[in-house]
Amino acid sequence: MTTTHSFDALIIGAGGAGLRAAIEAIGGGDVAVISKLYPTRSHTGAAQGGMCAALANVEEDSPEWHTFDTVKGGDYLVDQPAAQIMCNEAVEAVYELEHWGLPFNRTPEGLLDQRRFGGHTRNHGEGPVRRAVYSADRTGHMILQTLYQQCIKRDVRFFNEFYVMDLLMEDGACVGVVAYELATAELHVFRAKAILFATGGYGRIFNVTSNAHALTGDGPALAYRAGIPLEDMEMYQFHPTGIYKMGILLSEAVRGEGGLLRNGDGERFMERYAPTVKDLAPRDLVSRAIYQEIKEGRGIDGKDYVHLDVTHLPPELIEAKLPDVTEFARIYLGVEPTTEGVPIQPTAHYAMGGIPTNTDGQVVLGADEIPVPGLYAAGECACVSVHGANRLGTNSLLDIVVFGRRGGRHMADYVKNVSLGGKISDATEQTKADLDRLLTGNGTENVADIRKEMQVEMFDKAGVVRTAESLTELQGILSKLRERADHVVVQDKGSLFNTELMEAWELGCLLDVADTLAAGALARDESRGGHFREDFPLRDDENWLKHSLAYREDSGSVRLDFKPVKMGPYAPMERKY
Amino acid sequence: MATNQVELTLKIRRYNPEVGEKPWWDEFTVKVDPMDRLLDALNEVKWYHDGTLAFRRSCAHGICGSDAMLINGVNALACKVLVSQYGSKVTIEPIRGLPVLKDLIVDMEPFFDGYKSVLPYLINDEPVADDKERIQTPEQHAKFEDSTKCILCAACTTSCPIYWADGSYVGPAAIVNAHRFINDSRDTGAAERLRILSEKTGVFRCRTTFNCTEVCPKGIKVTKAVQDVKRAILFEKY
Repeated sequence: MTTTHSFDALIIGAGGAGLRAAIEAIGGGDVAVISKLYPTRSHTGAAQGGMCAALANVEEDSPEWHTFDTVKGGDYLVDQPAAQIMCNEAVEAVYELEHWGLPFNRTPEGLLDQRRFGGHTRNHGEGPVRRAVYSADRTGHMILQTLYQQCIKRDVRFFNEFYVMDLLMEDGACVGVVAYELATAELHVFRAKAILFATGGYGRIFNVTSNAHALTGDGPALAYRAGIPLEDMEMYQFHPTGIYKMGILLSEAVRGEGGLLRNGDGERFMERYAPTVKDLAPRDLVSRAIYQEIKEGRGIDGKDYVHLDVTHLPPELIEAKLPDVTEFARIYLGVEPTTEGVPIQPTAHYAMGGIPTNTDGQVVLGADEIPVPGLYAAGECACVSVHGANRLGTNSLLDIVVFGRRGGRHMADYVKNVSLGGKISDATEQTKADLDRLLTGNGTENVADIRKEMQVEMFDKAGVVRTAESLTELQGILSKLRERADHVVVQDKGSLFNTELMEAWELGCLLDVADTLAAGALARDESRGGHFREDFPLRDDENWLKHSLAYREDSGSVRLDFKPVKMGPYAPMERKY
Repeated sequence: MATNQVELTLKIRRYNPEVGEKPWWDEFTVKVDPMDRLLDALNEVKWYHDGTLAFRRSCAHGICGSDAMLINGVNALACKVLVSQYGSKVTIEPIRGLPVLKDLIVDMEPFFDGYKSVLPYLINDEPVADDKERIQTPEQHAKFEDSTKCILCAACTTSCPIYWADGSYVGPAAIVNAHRFINDSRDTGAAERLRILSEKTGVFRCRTTFNCTEVCPKGIKVTKAVQDVKRAILFEKY
């Protein structure tokens, strides 16, 4: 059975970018949000430390300084016009959230308080600046809640626990999606004039990650299969402070409030790697520093972790400003952070790459950036390239709000001037075939086994440090895993909440995304931001100051193309902190 | 991979209307690390023992609120408790008071309907400049900060005996979210929310059992928030 729905605008994903877009798009017509989770379960809620905007509430600051930091932090792979838009609109975006009730922490005078964050500096790198507004260490939770509240107020229609499994294209335009209703196994065809992908990240390609189970790259994978290239997929961020082995994030705000990293000798080793900003260097540098310390035998007790140390901070400050992260340490590690070091290691955290868009959220094709009519993307699944090769802390929350808003606003205008696309008669054929293959296959392969092997190998061979050798080996492994994935068997043949079937389907998305990451990382013979090649340790602006675009060939293999970085006022210079 | 693995038996209440009308119990024994989350043990069951077992999960560290369950008779998030606290056997059931749809998955719609009924969004139509904040002191912020921690996991509401007996009661989670706005110095909708909560489906159904406060995974003083709202209705003028 199939139900068909028609909306002016459709949003896939109910995290910050999707909800912010919905609030805007509803001004242009009827809007529906489709999410595989209940909206408040989205991973925006896990963001902790803050959201940067040059409000200058507690010390001098300017959007121009913020832009410079974003471009430099991204190792000059940032499209500078997009970064300028983001940092300029940040100020209004923050006040808008406050006006919607977001409970930010305040200064004694009642203004929005601001704290330090990695890579955010005063006057082009002179020293750390207090730029991040925050709600204790649950800023993302408050953004998600506030945006969901505003959607309730505006009566936005939600389809919760629906998995979008196919993108419907007609004459080069996006005209709808096919979705699977988890509760019933019913397929739904959603026709729409404009469709925005806001499906979030894909950290689950890695073994140690801060990302939720749900973050399997469905949006990028669907776009990729529809012939849309994926941009800069090799640019993946490893956050320095994940809980040892589990990967659960301990916010950079811990270091923003004065926390320090220490190696097995008790040394504050970041002083050697970034003499000016020390522990508040950008994440790629800190993650590599940790890797180096461990490699040289200076992990704690010679093991593969270091300590995040807050024992010198007043316990009342820790309880007031970092309550959640200290609780994580207590619960998951059994460690008391006020009296002992917390074991941490880099954890797969954020995809800088994704579905290429322009600054209005329109998905664009090729080096000429031709918009795909009706298709939009925003947030982590998208690449407008404000993060370049390494995202600065807090800029993801800013990205989702600014570009969710811009995408939604463009959709609201766009849907007024176009009519609904043609009715595709065999719309569900592909989805049915995909599901049948998983349900009726007579293979013996286990989804969890394949997924686990992929995650371990990805973390090992395409993680903080990569080489041509490790990546070539990885590609061989991924291709074998894909063959095995063709023979998975699903035990649950039922129609009600068949989460096993969905996990099997998600595995295909993970493998697609992993392929593009490995291909991009192998091609890029340089080191830049989050992409570090031990065999090419230096940045190479002459050959690699360009974005990669990964296309899916009919054979299933990856074809790479490139497009120039949009430059601006900031010429590439050596990246020192 | 993990060291010091121990065996844990999970006794799980199952239900699948495609299979039969009646719920049943299954037991699975899995090898776990004592520092594993209970959610890890459930995944072990699902991935390697019985793929049909259905439960919700996402963030796996107590933030998203997907995996509230009745664990040894007490509501908790499966990702926020470690297996070590349960010895060799643990009993897991769906949260109570909401219709069970399959295994540990319940119908969350009535819960979210209760939440939506208290107007859970800032109400303030006074104009405000685009380029500045509404002033709020840290003391004013502190009055409602505890209530902003709510992740809508439903652990509190589905541990409330009043809610089990009569689902028309909006329940503690909805009241906490009303409390969050009623006490926000920037909000002007308190009178309307207090009117809604003074109805027979509202706060006066509460019998201060404190179950809600005991199970809240975010440590919110839920019963206190409910009592605050009762007092506001009885003694304050809006």
